[in-house]
Amino acid sequence: MNLYDSPRYLSAGDSALVVEFGDSINSKTNNLVNHLMLNIENMRPQGVLDMVPSYRSLMIYYDPLVNSFDELVKDLKGIKGVDNDSSNEQSRMVKIPTLYGGEMGPDLVFVAEHNGISIDEVIKIHSGAEYRVYMLGFSPGFPYLGGMPKSIETPRLSSPRTVIPAGSVGIAEKQTGIYPNASPGGWRLIGQTPIRLFDPETYPPALLRPGDQVQFVPIDQETFDSLQNSNRGN
Amino acid sequence: MTEFEVLEPGLLTTVQDLGRRYHQRFGVPVSGAMDMYASRIVNSLLCNDEQAAVLEITLIGPKLRFKNDSVIALAGADLAPRINGSSVETWKVLKVPANGILTFDGPLRGTRTYLGVPGGIDIPLVMGSRSTYMGARLGGMDGRSLKKGDLLAGSNRESFASPVGTAVPIEYIPVIHENPKVRILLGPQDDAFTENGITTFLSSTYTVSQLSDRVGYRLEGPAIEHKDGADILSDGIPFGAIQVSGNGQPLILMADRGVTGGYTKIGVVITADIWKIAQSLPGDQINFVATDYTDALHAMRDWEKGIREIKESAIGSREEKKNSGLGMRITAEGEHFEVFDGQGIQISTKEDIKGISLQTRRILKATVSGETYNFDIDIEKSA
Repeated sequence: MNLYDSPRYLSAGDSALVVEFGDSINSKTNNLVNHLMLNIENMRPQGVLDMVPSYRSLMIYYDPLVNSFDELVKDLKGIKGVDNDSSNEQSRMVKIPTLYGGEMGPDLVFVAEHNGISIDEVIKIHSGAEYRVYMLGFSPGFPYLGGMPKSIETPRLSSPRTVIPAGSVGIAEKQTGIYPNASPGGWRLIGQTPIRLFDPETYPPALLRPGDQVQFVPIDQETFDSLQNSNRGN
Repeated sequence: MTEFEVLEPGLLTTVQDLGRRYHQRFGVPVSGAMDMYASRIVNSLLCNDEQAAVLEITLIGPKLRFKNDSVIALAGADLAPRINGSSVETWKVLKVPANGILTFDGPLRGTRTYLGVPGGIDIPLVMGSRSTYMGARLGGMDGRSLKKGDLLAGSNRESFASPVGTAVPIEYIPVIHENPKVRILLGPQDDAFTENGITTFLSSTYTVSQLSDRVGYRLEGPAIEHKDGADILSDGIPFGAIQVSGNGQPLILMADRGVTGGYTKIGVVITADIWKIAQSLPGDQINFVATDYTDALHAMRDWEKGIREIKESAIGSREEKKNSGLGMRITAEGEHFEVFDGQGIQISTKEDIKGISLQTRRILKATVSGETYNFDIDIEKSA
């Protein structure tokens, strides 16, 4: 665990700063990031315009004509919990029903062959693990998940697909992820969820948030269809 | 009300405002105008709210037909605009007659120009903003650039806008250079580069490549040397961040940038100079100059001062117009009466309403700026 003794405050241009807690991916560091964001939300220091939480740092956009870098850093240091451990973090468990294989998961066979195991074992391993949402990025609502077992690691496609349907569940190297929106992509697709991960008409627009635990739950075609229909009804 | 039809969409014309805040944490890019200065000036000229949406017009402008007598403002690149074939100026409030057609000959200087209408483009908010993010088809006109046949409108009546002809004073019109000097602040990962790398970055000329768009500007030039590797754990990317990946070439991240990225950022363009990137073209040559935080804020204050002065002067002109302009006149028993709305703003029309007796209370129908209103009025002589 590579947590700094005290957070680093880095200036990032004239209107943003970064509070960095460590230099590795782990839940303790990530909890500190999320805590600081919540505390800033509650304390509302002057001049803060927006925040971007990531693995080990929080970027804060601010108006320097309201609060300069030095003043804002002073305010941030005064916010409770910034330098403290927050191990009593309560996290949500979100279950993602997933139809594995077939048309929805055209690369499931490849993932099995690449790792020398059966298709059923891939499904069992992928759905048996608990994943943590470290951050959202890449595209609206896209979760960066940590915690995929080594036994199903698979390289990306050599040439990306031009369109991947929304809800596709894939593997790329050490990561697993879910495409919230239809987009091009090079991940190995092993299944699809009928659940909407991103909806601009609701608040919050993303289903997942940093700190959540995620579990994939295998479903059959019938369940997939009925969940998809009930989604459309909303 | 300003209403217009898109006869030709141009190369890339999108609805933008100051961008989508508070949604980056959900992975949603900020978007918004690339040249914030010009887009804010357009709204200042029209006495619009800062958040009002404008059209961002890129290189080859659209052909637009305005339904009624309309007021618009233009600021940014000189794309050689014409109204009904006559050349008009940029950085100015302009009048377009009913059925008038706005066209652009093509870029004389710069890349992006902004078109504002009184009240801003009337389009639904998506996640708190009207900005178009084409990457996920969000906001603006169904998440896309304008196309032929689109109908758009402003949300205010003409009478709220500052008078036609109001222009930005010359000292506040930025001069667009083909070879701009762009001021930057080093960091947040300047310590990931060798001393040589930093020197290369600050002493070389970088050419804007063809691969430049609303997401980012790719530059080509001498490779910038890292200490050991270009990868970092993905973190937030501010507007104007200069990312250097493994090939040593800089990429300046702009309005539609992803919220996070995993490459070292050697520096960030100061807010007051981002417009220079937004107005540059493939082939333009850029030199980076390191400045300090105090200078960056000084430049930002100058910028804000310009915007504030233009806004104040536009509001001043509007007040003047309110007190002197032609209003709707009611002629009753040979005497003329002028009509103001509840906020004291004069209601303009070309026609007098005649043949009414004094001391009557009645509903009148009047057409104002192309719209028909019912007025419930008492007509009497003031003391």
